[in-house]
Amino acid sequence: MSTSTLQPPKKPSGYKPFHPRWYRPRVSVYWWLGEWHYLKFILREISSVFVAWFVVETLLLVNALRQGPAAYEHYLKLMQNPLILVLNVVSLFFVVFHTITWFNLAPSAMPVRFGGKRVPDFLVAAPSYIAWIVVSVGVAWLLLR
Amino acid sequence: MAKQSNEAFFWMLFSAGGVVAAMLIPVQLFLFGVAIPLGWVQAPSYEHLVSLLRMPLVRIYLFVFCSLPLFHWAHRFRFTLYDGLQVKHLNEVIFTLCYGGAIAGSAVAGYLLWSAP
Amino acid sequence: MAEKITLEIARYSPEQDEQPHYECFEVPVHKEWVVLDALNHVKDNVDGTLTYRWSCRMGICGSCGMMVNGEPKLTCATFLSHYANQGARKIRVEPLRYFPVVRDLVTELSDFLNKLKKVKPWLIHEDEPPLSQGEFLQTPAQVDRYKQYSMCINCTLCYAACPVVGLDPVFVGPAALALAQRYNLDSRDQGAAERTALLAHPEGVWGCTFVGECTRVCPKHVDPAGAIQQYKLAAVMSWLKSFVMPRGQDAR
Repeated sequence: MSTSTLQPPKKPSGYKPFHPRWYRPRVSVYWWLGEWHYLKFILREISSVFVAWFVVETLLLVNALRQGPAAYEHYLKLMQNPLILVLNVVSLFFVVFHTITWFNLAPSAMPVRFGGKRVPDFLVAAPSYIAWIVVSVGVAWLLLR
Repeated sequence: MAKQSNEAFFWMLFSAGGVVAAMLIPVQLFLFGVAIPLGWVQAPSYEHLVSLLRMPLVRIYLFVFCSLPLFHWAHRFRFTLYDGLQVKHLNEVIFTLCYGGAIAGSAVAGYLLWSAP
Repeated sequence: MAEKITLEIARYSPEQDEQPHYECFEVPVHKEWVVLDALNHVKDNVDGTLTYRWSCRMGICGSCGMMVNGEPKLTCATFLSHYANQGARKIRVEPLRYFPVVRDLVTELSDFLNKLKKVKPWLIHEDEPPLSQGEFLQTPAQVDRYKQYSMCINCTLCYAACPVVGLDPVFVGPAALALAQRYNLDSRDQGAAERTALLAHPEGVWGCTFVGECTRVCPKHVDPAGAIQQYKLAAVMSWLKSFVMPRGQDAR
């Protein structure tokens, strides 16, 4: 026998079991403001918007490079615009927040077992941080040399 | 084999995009968005960047850099709208706008990188 | 430490009330008292109509879960002195969030129990071996794979913590998904395929956005969020395999 069939006894049709009125609270649209942990979660999710924003900025840079040195100078000037600068600083905060939360949470999806015991998450996350630093230094060197 | 929801595919794109965004975006955003505009480092010359852009490997890197994080955004933003604003009844519209946006962005990236001199 | 503290308790009587209201009761603060002791004190000495669930009073039955100052907690494991030492004069006690309220602090759990049943939380065998073959043998390493997920006491604190549970009543939920993983990862079980339809479903694991609150509030450190993310990864592997090998293994 593969699965047991736990079926509830068939109710005679037309009979609805009685219960006194339950109170069913509605979840407010502002549920995420109610708790710091919820807010932190929503901020983490909002970081994806800033990720998308930087992809757009990168595409603008590529387009500027395609069009010539003047367009590139114009792009650099645009990056110095105070509003854009503030937006980029905020974006940097959110993007780094994404990186840190991502690396810290990723080990939950991939438990590593060594010698029969589970390796603690921060040890599994460490190589990601190291790779991040190495890649970042590499990219910076490539761009700035 | 038991039928599986195709959500697995979108979650896979979301994860890949998340890793790319986590690893590669911070340094470029720091350089082009903050350090260079504030004068902390010298902006790379136009010639240097164009010479980098000529390399096929760099174009592939940039395509992945632009495309996958857009799909990461699409998935995450879609769920944020579902949960944060409780607009699940606009299900199909949100899905189309988010993934459509990511596809459009990837197409733009592909075109720009393919047709760069 | 203060001698007394006020409990602000949510009261709801289905025959009389449209909505819950709060009533305050002053209780003494003894060093070893937990919130459950305070509730019992109120029920025994002040208002016998106060209604709530409790049983073992030692954190293993899972009956006494309630919102204490907005946090899902086992009231038998939450000390009054913790709040008194912070200088709090009041402790707010409410029924667990995201469940219908039957009366006072008692929640309606049949939906939760249904979800537990739906994930088929029993060992499933395609071929039942004969008794003469003896017991199933498991190495400590094999037990270790699923042991953590078997520690769940069904207290539903994770459901009270998870915003997706509140926003989407059809979402299977952390405890049920962790329970499914407990069986999927059990070497004696062959039923992963049968559970796939429910788990790899928009209201199964794909409804989870890894808020992580479930793991934070779990009194038994079951880590349901981890179980769910692992299943997501396994589901992706199995989905990919279904293209390469149409008759391949199911998510485990």
